[in-house]
Amino acid sequence: MHELSVCQSLIRQAEAVAREHGTEVIVLIRLSVGPLSGIELPLLERAFTVARCGTRAARAELVTEALPVRVRCRTCHAETQTPPNRLICGACGDWHTELVSGDEMLMTGIELEMEESHV
Amino acid sequence: MCETCGCNITPGNRHLVEPGGKHAHTHDGHAAVAVLQNLLHENDHQAEHNRAHFDRARVLAVNLMSSPGSGKTALLEATIDALGGALGIAVVEGDLETENDANRIRAKGVPAVQISTGSACHLDAHMVHDALHAMDLVGIDIVFIENVGNLVCPASFDLGHHLNVTLLSVTEGDDKPAKYPVMFRAADLMLLSKSDLLSVLDDFRPQSAETALRNLANEAPVIALSARSGAGMDAWLAWLHDVLAAHRAHLRGGETTQPTVRSDGVHAHRHGASAAEAAPQ
Repeated sequence: MHELSVCQSLIRQAEAVAREHGTEVIVLIRLSVGPLSGIELPLLERAFTVARCGTRAARAELVTEALPVRVRCRTCHAETQTPPNRLICGACGDWHTELVSGDEMLMTGIELEMEESHV
Repeated sequence: MCETCGCNITPGNRHLVEPGGKHAHTHDGHAAVAVLQNLLHENDHQAEHNRAHFDRARVLAVNLMSSPGSGKTALLEATIDALGGALGIAVVEGDLETENDANRIRAKGVPAVQISTGSACHLDAHMVHDALHAMDLVGIDIVFIENVGNLVCPASFDLGHHLNVTLLSVTEGDDKPAKYPVMFRAADLMLLSKSDLLSVLDDFRPQSAETALRNLANEAPVIALSARSGAGMDAWLAWLHDVLAAHRAHLRGGETTQPTVRSDGVHAHRHGASAAEAAPQ
């Protein structure tokens, strides 16, 4: 269960962005997470409700996007979606593939409450 | 970050930030800021610092991961004995509690620093950094970081090491790579430990374990070995000598060594037709 440490790190990073923009209030944080990142989104969402307390993200909403696992075959070059524990080509069955997506753990954007003059 | 241009954009997430992408617009009354940052950015930053520290000392750092009880410490003891001082070894031990493992290593005459994580289920780059303050790397060739026994969380944290070695003991299921894909996908070498017990176990087939690893598109070598009988130790030691030589060659070329699969979700990708066109921006 490392989602809480991930969450605390995420909030510190979002707070740094808020500071750069001169605001105290983070309204929303967007994440994109693939299953091969090792992060479970439902656990992360629950950890967020604890980790945000007393931070600039105290009232922030967490919007998460679960990315699919996709691989590109080095043999037949097909790009297919696969389960996280079977990264073989969906077209020809070869295991010589490279991951196209599915291991991301990214903060993709945040929304900030700004002073009128800054909007 | 992308090794080509320093960005964090991959083919899988590019659509999020391109003009017209759903994160490029300003929301009603709020400023929308597009960022693309790994969730463990702080850890990754510390990990790069650790790796630079190892590189300056010309040390290879190997992260050992497995379930509890699969024989990581026994492997290190046997490795120290088999090397007979041919390589300078130091060990960072990670456990929730006790100095037991570090004491076992020290009894072999090898320096060891114990990290007690309390209740934490994994080591992170900051804990390893603190441990390195207590470790003199002069005369050391390889630092083994024995991670907390756990097939889940350790895989997500870059420690600043160069290579991942994952142990699967033959008393576990041979389908472990299919059950813990994040961990086994990250392995640069899979060791099937306690192989002396294969003769009394009828339900562990090394070939099945290897197939499960290949199904994760992982080309890593697989070595069956026994720290107790010594079988397979030669192949393990040969691998260590090979990766140490390769690492030193990288260092001479001004580069470092990184695990094939990085825990920060960065994978080799092309920006456009060729890497050559993706000049730093």
